[in-house]
Amino acid sequence: MDIASLTIDRVREGVLAREFSAVELAAEALRFAESENPKTNAYLRLSPERAMAAARRVDERVARGEDPGPLAGVPVAVKDVILTKGVVSTCGSRLLASYNPPYDATAVERLEAAGGVIIGKTNCDEFAMGSSTENSAFGPVRNPLALDRVPGGSSGGSAAVVAQGTAVAALGSDTGGSIRQPASFCGVVGVTPTYGRVSRYGLTAFASSLDHIGPFARSVKDAATLLGAIAGRDVRDATSAAAPVPDYAGGLNGGVKGLKLGLPREYLKDLTSESGDLIAKGVDALRRQGCEVREISLPHTEYAVACYYIIATAEASSNLARYDGVRYTFRSGESHTLADMYRNTRGEGFGAECKRRIVLGTYVLSAGYYDAYYLRAQKVRALVARDFARAFEEVDAIVAPVSPFPAFKLGEKVDDPLAMYLSDIYTITGSLAGIPCMSVPCGLTAGGLPVGMQILTSHFGETTMFRVAYALEQTNRG
Amino acid sequence: MKITEKEVRYVADLANLRITDAEVAKFRADLDGILGHIDKLNELDVSGVEPMAQVLFETADGATLRPDVAAPPLDNQAALANAPQSGAGYFKVPKIIER
Repeated sequence: MDIASLTIDRVREGVLAREFSAVELAAEALRFAESENPKTNAYLRLSPERAMAAARRVDERVARGEDPGPLAGVPVAVKDVILTKGVVSTCGSRLLASYNPPYDATAVERLEAAGGVIIGKTNCDEFAMGSSTENSAFGPVRNPLALDRVPGGSSGGSAAVVAQGTAVAALGSDTGGSIRQPASFCGVVGVTPTYGRVSRYGLTAFASSLDHIGPFARSVKDAATLLGAIAGRDVRDATSAAAPVPDYAGGLNGGVKGLKLGLPREYLKDLTSESGDLIAKGVDALRRQGCEVREISLPHTEYAVACYYIIATAEASSNLARYDGVRYTFRSGESHTLADMYRNTRGEGFGAECKRRIVLGTYVLSAGYYDAYYLRAQKVRALVARDFARAFEEVDAIVAPVSPFPAFKLGEKVDDPLAMYLSDIYTITGSLAGIPCMSVPCGLTAGGLPVGMQILTSHFGETTMFRVAYALEQTNRG
Repeated sequence: MKITEKEVRYVADLANLRITDAEVAKFRADLDGILGHIDKLNELDVSGVEPMAQVLFETADGATLRPDVAAPPLDNQAALANAPQSGAGYFKVPKIIER
């Protein structure tokens, strides 16, 4: 069985027709993941017990003649910031190296209820803070398409396992681009749904007003199917949206004829020419399929990175306060007073990027700076969101690059945090607005590195977003 | 210079974060660059703009509230299972009050 070429529908058909059992497929996926992982370090651990139990449940349902669910038997990997009961979930942090969650994230519960088989947890930047997966306490992930390059981040492990073919799909999390950018770097599909579309219950909080869970897959249809399985209202997450979940996968064939696409001029000026050429070719392909493409302006784009790194670090400094040596596994051994225990635990437990963001976040919230930084950033966030709202009065979807450049080399940007932050420019804007956005493969550079096109729509406009992505995917395959 | 080493130490202290002298120097330089970029926000006139604290969309009143029905919480043992030190059903920490 070639896991790397399977799709969700193909797995479900095979399991339903008893061509292979979910148990056989899970065993093969686990074996393949174990043999491939030394190349990339994309999995932090495999979860064979949990996988085999889930696979057995699928086979039993099939044997009883019941519907085993849309993800029946599908081997899926889950980013380590998403909690899995009984399977250690480290968030890429030394602090949580042995943390065994007492409950499942809602997305994990729903994935398994739909027949999905979780085969392992994927590596990521510590607490999802980074753009290259070099900030993991457990070593960096290598891009399976170019082993000397990063897979992007922070969900680099999830993107890498899907690209490598050791999982059919994966869950990641996105706060400022952490699904879309690694999807682009690894040549897979990655979706950041509307804020609130997928419950964050059980997602370790980084920046609560920006955090999302979303799918990675090798095709637009698989990503749509996976999102449909995990989306929807959850009483355990008050920010989850009550809006009904449409049949995303069923709406793909609607075509794009007559759709109005906006190409934001602010997103095209700093692109490397190779990435820019590939995006332009993708836009032409969509135009040939009947889309009307017009240039639009999102005037506050250049302020988005500054705005984001105030809001995200402020929220992170608060969310990470809970790692104090009392509840979550790691405690520094050298402290005699409570205050020292807090300080030493956090000083020894957090890696450099988390510390940098805690210091920055605390600074922008501290007395005398709150109005100048945090409050101003919240106002600029409103302006960025207003840019999009105005654009969507004119166009049905926005097409744009995901990253200014393709995957860079390991170590290339680690010493310059500002340069790393600035590379998130095209993904941060959509995150601030809370709109759905995704990366879909748009071709390879001459050096063989994938480039993703970003598609953005208005709140709850996933159906239109997927339809545009599907049209682009079909032309790339044709 | 946007930020001094003294300020970095002060803020790390507010965050209960022990950092080394080398980290103080590195973070000061990093934050200087980042805060320099952040100054861009002062180019904008934001008077009259409502701050955006959360992504909001149209929804029915009370749509985000769950039914007020009691459900079993995480049990004591499960809640304590990841504690570095626990005893008698509690999290244990170093002594706070000296007699």
